[in-house]
Amino acid sequence: MSSRDDILAQVRRNQPPAAALPSVSGFGAGGGANPDEFKAALARMGGRIADAAADGDLTALVRKLFPDAKVVCSATPEVRGNRTLRAVGAPAELDDVDVGVVRAAFGVAETGSVWLTEAELGVNALAFLAQHLVVLLDPERIVGNMHDAYRDRVRFDARYGVFLTGPSATADIEGVLIHGAQGIRSLTAVLVPGGDGNRAPRRPAKPG
Amino acid sequence: MKAALFVPCYIDAFFPEVAIATLELLERLGVEVAYPLNQTCCAQPMANSGCHEDAAATEALFVKNFAKYDYVVGPSGSCVHHVRENLTAIPQTAEVTRVRRNTYELVEFLHDVLEVDALPWAHFPHKVGLHNGCASLRALRTAKMSEIAGPAFSKPLDLLSKVKGIRFVTPERPDECCGFGGTFSVFEEPVSAKMGYDKVNDHHSAGAEYIVSADMSCMMHQKGCAERLGLPIKFIHIAQVLNGARE
Amino acid sequence: MKRIDHAEASSQFIKATDHMDFHDKRLWDLRKKRDRVSEALPEWQDLRTLASAIKEHTLTHLAAYLEEFERNAIANGAHVHWAKDAAEHNQVVFDILSAHGARTLVKAKSMLTDECDMRPFLEKRGIEVMETDLGERIQQLDDEPPSHIVVPAVHKLRTDVARVFADTIGTDRKNSDVHYLAESQRQNTRPYFLKADAGMTGANFAVAETGTLVVCTNEGNADLSVNLPKLYIASVGIEKMIPRIEHLGVFVRMLSRSALGSPITQMTSHFRAPREGTEMHIVLVDNGRSERLGMPDFWYSLKCIRCGACMNTCPVYRRSGGLSYGATYSGPIGVIIDPTFNLRKYSSLPFASTLNGSCTNVCPVKIDIHDQIYKWRRVIAERHQLPFVKQEAMRAAGKILASPKLYRAAVETAGVGVDYLPRFMMYSRLNAWGRQREVPAAPPYTFRQWYLKNRGKKK
Repeated sequence: MSSRDDILAQVRRNQPPAAALPSVSGFGAGGGANPDEFKAALARMGGRIADAAADGDLTALVRKLFPDAKVVCSATPEVRGNRTLRAVGAPAELDDVDVGVVRAAFGVAETGSVWLTEAELGVNALAFLAQHLVVLLDPERIVGNMHDAYRDRVRFDARYGVFLTGPSATADIEGVLIHGAQGIRSLTAVLVPGGDGNRAPRRPAKPG
Repeated sequence: MKAALFVPCYIDAFFPEVAIATLELLERLGVEVAYPLNQTCCAQPMANSGCHEDAAATEALFVKNFAKYDYVVGPSGSCVHHVRENLTAIPQTAEVTRVRRNTYELVEFLHDVLEVDALPWAHFPHKVGLHNGCASLRALRTAKMSEIAGPAFSKPLDLLSKVKGIRFVTPERPDECCGFGGTFSVFEEPVSAKMGYDKVNDHHSAGAEYIVSADMSCMMHQKGCAERLGLPIKFIHIAQVLNGARE
Repeated sequence: MKRIDHAEASSQFIKATDHMDFHDKRLWDLRKKRDRVSEALPEWQDLRTLASAIKEHTLTHLAAYLEEFERNAIANGAHVHWAKDAAEHNQVVFDILSAHGARTLVKAKSMLTDECDMRPFLEKRGIEVMETDLGERIQQLDDEPPSHIVVPAVHKLRTDVARVFADTIGTDRKNSDVHYLAESQRQNTRPYFLKADAGMTGANFAVAETGTLVVCTNEGNADLSVNLPKLYIASVGIEKMIPRIEHLGVFVRMLSRSALGSPITQMTSHFRAPREGTEMHIVLVDNGRSERLGMPDFWYSLKCIRCGACMNTCPVYRRSGGLSYGATYSGPIGVIIDPTFNLRKYSSLPFASTLNGSCTNVCPVKIDIHDQIYKWRRVIAERHQLPFVKQEAMRAAGKILASPKLYRAAVETAGVGVDYLPRFMMYSRLNAWGRQREVPAAPPYTFRQWYLKNRGKKK
């Protein structure tokens, strides 16, 4: 008998009488989500919002936000950096990235979170080794709350995915809030339409 | 209406004035009060120590003393909680179940059964910090608990607000446990004393002249702390205030 | 095995006034933050009911969910191992590391690995283990266990951290600026992430439907630990199972609100399958959980999602500190699960409680914590693990209080009144009462004496 068999046998023997599984439908925020709600939630979690320029030049925007950045690495064709992800062999090579740029699959208004998988990140470690991260987010791809986010199972088929909500943080020493504990020191969201539309469906248009 | 008076052992021994006030108050409100002379204790000290077997005989004696009454009223939240929820060291006969169900804590009884709406003799012109003992608050649900959102309610406050001249002050941590906890007070004395000190300091900082509670056990502990600290704060049971005590 | 003496340990903790005051206030502040965010969700109590029901369903069907999880994890390309106890867990982890020639390991916070005492096991066998969570790292460098499951170094002040870092990673002993200390740990840890052979996490939730592990951190150290090395090992207690992805909506909404009063952790990471060219190993661990499942009074403790809300609200925990419990799990949840690891060693813990019930109110999965504490006391008394003094005092009290005559003899003397306390209070620990409190004055008569004198009724 393997440990597996022993454990499963003991679990089976000891399982208390069956309890029913409740339904979790009905807790969604319903309908779509207000981008302003997303912005407020993200700000509460220590994230920043930047407005896209009228001319739509996102590369220029990133340069304006981080004028001292030496290495900019973008996972999205909408922004031109000076470090190509395709050339990366081992993820550790991204250690010197000052600013990473990604486009999120979707966002969650309740928390100010953005969902990123290997598809959006290119190299997963980009969102954690970069000193700063800029996240492009289509305002039409914001869902209401975490129930809404988790309802569509397909979104979670990726090998790796993360809800990023603001920068890396800790308050482990005397409760003092620190941004940039091990990961990104800042997260800046830019709400601008875009993306290929196959990962996260657009939120339903309002009726009437 | 007839009710039996249940006098917890520590009130019988140390705070007879609380039981006297309870008796007089119930009589003023038209209740015919019987006092079974052979009662001793509800067995909570033994049961709370895990000594179930040692609790049995005392629990049986409790039931025997109160079997023939429709209402059993006691001025102690923790004791009444024990009777209603944990008097399980003895076989649960119909008589035992009945006595358990019929046992009320004083505030519950006044508020829910007698539905007292006036106390014309009560006058307590002092600044009061109300202490809700954890058994009264979280087990007997006599007031809203701070951990759970919802409409505010408080049975003791409802009763006390009928007392002329009374003013309330609120400590910073209104329902944090004061640290008595029965035998906890001696077997975990360091934390118990620290909790008691914090509680009385909190009330004192809020400006309370008196701490009023439906639980004398909590107050016995808080009083001991306050006296050792030299704080000028005084302690009085809710029964005494509602019964017309001026101080 | 020596019994933990919580009261004695707490006495030491309380003597360090500055530390104790800070500890109490910091955790009370987290409790108040929890209150605010839970009040802001009108559905909060419904979510508690839901979370509790999902966990109860899962635990009562645990074998099926474990098998479903394993099937999906293997289909995802992960390896699944099973460990009956701590020793087997540690051996399995070591075997995986050696099979890959891995000598350096970066890990995120995992109470399970602490429970199994994994680090010393690996270090003795030549593996360098780096804790990457700031609080865990501080504790590792100070050679002390974590004191709180969410904020491991909450019992330390910045000056303590300055001292620890100066002694170990070469910071300026006189500089206790928190930003400086945190930045120092970031810089010191970073090279380890970059060159580690393997990364390790625990799991907050394991989703049976997809074989996904969900790890919630604020620092992003789990993501770094997993996305840099080529080998990922996850230690998962078998009770972490939840049925489906959609259930994460409930638990993710409740975890960080309960723990820290924030709606979500900064990073909520989902690990389903290894990156191309890397390996993922999941170790499912029992270590007493399947046995606890069979305890009718205590199996609800397996619902725990490790939020720490019970610790934050517990007035005893805040004034005694996690280390005073002498176990990986401290505070109210520790009190009800530690006796299953060692009844004798942890026999004092269920008495480190006033049974006030605040913990039960804040538990997001509705564990009946204080009711279980009460029930453990009975188990401990029946298995003769009470201190002799208490056992004898309760036996004496049980006899006296069962007899009206003996009781009256104890509280009255010759009609004059009380001049000594009932035996069960006097018995040997009275001096404990009087150490920091005044003893109640003896009134001139008992109530019964007053009643007989003034109401004259005789039965």
